[in-house]
This record gives sequence, C-alpha cells and structure tokens, in this order.
Amino acid sequence: MKILLNNREEGFTLEEMSVSDMLLIKKFSFKLRIIKINGVLIVKEKYDSTVIHNGDNVQMLYLMSGG
Amino acid sequence: MLCDKMSIFIAGIRNKMNFSEIRSHLGKFRVGIAGAGGLGSNCAVALARSGVGTLVITDFDIIEEPNLNRQYFFRDQIGMMKVFALKDNISRINPDVSVICHQIKLNRINIPEIFSGCSVIVEAFDRSDMKEMLIETVQTKLAGTPIVIGSGLAGWGKSEDIVCRKIDGTLFVCGDESSEVSDNMPPMAPRVGMVANMQANVVIEILMKMK
Repeated sequence: MKILLNNREEGFTLEEMSVSDMLLIKKFSFKLRIIKINGVLIVKEKYDSTVIHNGDNVQMLYLMSGG
Repeated sequence: MLCDKMSIFIAGIRNKMNFSEIRSHLGKFRVGIAGAGGLGSNCAVALARSGVGTLVITDFDIIEEPNLNRQYFFRDQIGMMKVFALKDNISRINPDVSVICHQIKLNRINIPEIFSGCSVIVEAFDRSDMKEMLIETVQTKLAGTPIVIGSGLAGWGKSEDIVCRKIDGTLFVCGDESSEVSDNMPPMAPRVGMVANMQANVVIEILMKMK
C-alpha cells in the first residue's frame, strides 16, 4: 500500500495497517504527537483500532515542550 | 506547497487595503490565546499592535524572575498574575484592544466555553502534554476553529529550521518540531519570539481571509 505521510508518498508491504503498526514500522517512538488521517484527528486510545488504508493522507506532528 | 505559496502571492496582489483598513478589519475578530508565557505574551502583543479587536487570554501562573529572559513582562511586575500584567501591558500599547482575562487552568471541560466565539485559537503552552490536550479538545469540541500551535523553539541559532507548516485548514504548526527544552537547551527570547510572532502572522493571514 501507498500512503501520503506528511505530504510524502510512502510505500508499505502491508495491505492495510493500524496506526500503531505504522508507528512501529516507521520507528516513530516519540510519545507526544498529533495524528490526523484524511483530516480527522485520531486520539491515542484509537491507535490500535484505527486502520490506515491505501491512499490515505496521514499527517503527524510532534509536540515539543517549551513556550 | 507551491499552491500555498501561489495563493498567498495572489492574496497579496489582491489586497488593496492600507494599514488603517487592515486594522479595522482585524478589529472585528476575537482570538483566543492559551497561555501567557513566552509564546502567549509575545504573540498577544503582536496581535494587539496589529489591531485584533478582542483577545481572550488564559493563564494560571504568576510572573517570576526567570520568565523575564523571554516573556513580555517587566521587572516591576514580578509576583503579578501573568494575565493581568499582560492586559496592562497591552492597554499601554493599544488601548483599543479588548482583553478578556481568565486566571484559570484550562482543561477538556472549560476550553470550549472559554474560547467560544474565537475565530482562531493560539496554543501557547509550555508543557507538551498540555499542548496535546488543548489541540485534541479544540479539534474535537470546537471543530472548524483553526488552531495555531508552537512546537520546537529551544536553544539558539538554527533560524532556518523554524518554519510554519499547514497541516490542514484548521491546524497550523510553527517551530522546528524537534528541539525540546532542557537545562542545556533553555527557551530564549530570540527563538521563542520568532515562533510567537510566526504564530501571530499565521493568525493574521487566517483572519485576513475571513469576512
């Protein structure tokens, strides 16, 4: 499958995957983050149950402390 | 990206307003600012100078000496509540701005009520878990209201790493998205000010497109 991840096309061998799968595969380990799929915010309680499909637009940003 | 730059370019050409007309347009709007520290105090002052009509500012903290390395306060204000000191400073810069202060800690319950009626919300927290809570609450309970967040401003130098990224029509992030505050990477006036003013600039860009 191919998805758009932060505006860049990324290929995965899986046909579909959960948000948690993607974080594991991409080794995105930093915990404080915001993820939106096709413009919809995914809260972290739903990372396991939310499925990313081929062609989805996934946006992720890290929340760094400081202000 | 190219499209975004093009639309800003075209908007620039089409804008026939002078500053007095721009200020009068901005005067119609209410902007929420969550936090009155380094990001919030500097962003609020930039918006006040630009003529945004109403600022809703929240913070629960008092001014302490270490805050003065980056926050828009003065030495003789140490010990004052940040929201009230900031209201005072803004009134000395632009008395036409209406400042609504909330000396309160924001949570998932009170955010929708406090920021109702705001055209844009600025995330200006220090702690990243609070940033997450605010963004999740605004995006779900005030859906459609744009939020402009700050992420990654610690240390000094690397000016070229500080950018603005539009996630979508309701979520914008300013900062380098990588530097985290620590003992050896403190928040300092130049980079904090850059991110705060970049947030204010995004707010104005959003408001200038609104009727």
